[in-house]
Amino acid sequence: MAEQLICITCPLGCRLEVERLPAGGLSVSGNRCTRGARYAEEELLAPKRVVTATCRALPEDRCRVPVRTAAPFPKEKAGDLIRLLYSLEVRLPVRRGDVLVPDALGTGIPVIATRTLD
Amino acid sequence: MRELSYDAAVIGGGAAGMAAALEIRAAGLSCVILEREDHLGGILLQCVHNGFGLIEFDEELSGPEFAERMEERFRASGADAYLGVTVMDVEDAGDRKVLFGYSAEHGILRVSVRAVVLAMGCRERNRGNIRIPGARPAGVYTAGLAQRLVNMEGYLPGKDAVIIGSGDIGLIMARRMSWAGAKVHGVVEILPYPSGLTRNIVQCLHDFDIPLYLSHLTTGIFGGDRVESVEIAPIEDGAVRFEKAFRIPCDTVLLSVGLVPENELSKKMGVELNPMTNGPWTDSRMMTNVPGIFAAGNVLHVHDLVDYVAEEARRAGAACARWIRGEGPGRELRVKAGPNVRYTAPCRVGPESPNKLYLRTLIVKNDAVLEVRLDNRVVQSRKKAHIQPSEMISVTLDPKDLAGAGPDSVLEIAIL
Ligand SMILES: Cc1cc2nc3c(=O)[nH]c(=O)nc-3n(C[C@H](O)[C@H](O)[C@H](O)COP(=O)(O)OP(=O)(O)OC[C@H]3O[C@@H](n4cnc5c(N)ncnc54)[C@H](O)[C@@H]3O)c2cc1C
Repeated sequence: MAEQLICITCPLGCRLEVERLPAGGLSVSGNRCTRGARYAEEELLAPKRVVTATCRALPEDRCRVPVRTAAPFPKEKAGDLIRLLYSLEVRLPVRRGDVLVPDALGTGIPVIATRTLD
Repeated sequence: MRELSYDAAVIGGGAAGMAAALEIRAAGLSCVILEREDHLGGILLQCVHNGFGLIEFDEELSGPEFAERMEERFRASGADAYLGVTVMDVEDAGDRKVLFGYSAEHGILRVSVRAVVLAMGCRERNRGNIRIPGARPAGVYTAGLAQRLVNMEGYLPGKDAVIIGSGDIGLIMARRMSWAGAKVHGVVEILPYPSGLTRNIVQCLHDFDIPLYLSHLTTGIFGGDRVESVEIAPIEDGAVRFEKAFRIPCDTVLLSVGLVPENELSKKMGVELNPMTNGPWTDSRMMTNVPGIFAAGNVLHVHDLVDYVAEEARRAGAACARWIRGEGPGRELRVKAGPNVRYTAPCRVGPESPNKLYLRTLIVKNDAVLEVRLDNRVVQSRKKAHIQPSEMISVTLDPKDLAGAGPDSVLEIAIL
């Protein structure tokens, strides 16, 4: 059965129809350029998102610490990562770019602070 | 009372204010930012998601990272900033302007300058502005306020949410509420198409299986002490089908129904506003009708990308510096928003120098054409693969496009 996707590589927003071929690989239609096929491949085979959150700061009366993955992160693990980040406590001071989680859920991708708070 | 004197003052220390101040300093003039909050960066600090800075820094950053990188440039420029200062009034004093600010730390601040850049940003429209009928229970928030509560204070406004309006802030908050542990039961949009970016529809709604109700009117908000449900009805062929209305149970409603430039202070100074943008009318230099008062960023017109805010504010800052040095503009030409164009900012161009304009269209279309006409003669025509009201369009005009313009010429921008 064909799956429907909207390509978000550019503002055109092509509506893609993607079929998984029995021999492996994908057949993509509806794309107006080759980037659409690449997008479909990544979205269906290995979707990734930059995950962002804020963590509780210590001492507690301070503004929360915004964080993000340093690179796009596997989407299927995003929910688990989010739960981890929302339970994390960060002792101040923290500098923008500080690594707070060196290897998030075994992906090798670090989580970094995105704001300096003294 | 504390007295200060500078060449220029910038009101508001968000992305626009910092970018404008940078350019004023770069021209060798002294400059101060007066900012109400106790930090620079403005709205960016609560936008902890990704998607900022691709143009300004050639990198995809979160809001706080963008703000901090701008602030580093700002600090290095040698401009001053007074934080925790709300500007209450600006008086005309001959060839100078006097700003009155109030702060808990300094008391009254009196700042005398030659010129002012307005960079106060915008505020959210609330329920009163869009008149949703029904009860007045607790649990109704604007999306931006909810964003601040969740991201900066760690407080989740509710467990079961409905979002009214499909602007980018609402979409971003649909994802944030889901990530923070709430369930979002739907996003309701009165128009037949979403008002946010497609990228946000995909990554904030589809990723979480959140339904998007297009062409639906919110007919009521119900509840006692706390919200219990939202009632919506489809719009078919231009008519609301009340008999098909249904209720979505929820304990929280987020309103994402638009932003309004923050111009109370501007009006007090005699600055005239364009009803299409609720921001000041400006000439090609981004100067308002009051000589020496410039405007840029969300106070001028609501932007969706901070990179454009910074770019526009740099031009306003540079023009402010030229004005202080006494370099007047040459001739100016009026710009008319033609077919399918809601507005352009600025609304004038100078035929002697290169110009950049931002505009918004009224329509959604693939394979559109943007036409620039000088007295009904087409001087520039460009293909646009896709346009929609939520995506701002920029146009660059070369002096040669405007050659032959007379004193009464009109430049029209149209989308076909
Ligand atoms: C919720 C949200 C999500 C967004 N998401 C994105 C995105 O994903 N990508 C992107 O590129 N852009 C995004 N944007 C757009 C972009 O971030 C903003 O348009 C931009 O940051 C606005 O900058 P500004 O300086 O004009 O206004 P602001 O940042 O609002 O700054 C105005 C400042 O003026 C101060 N001020 C106001 N009145 C006074 C006064 N009387 N005296 C002293 N100070 C005063 C305020 O305190 C504030 O700090 C988003 C915007 C919002 C609101």
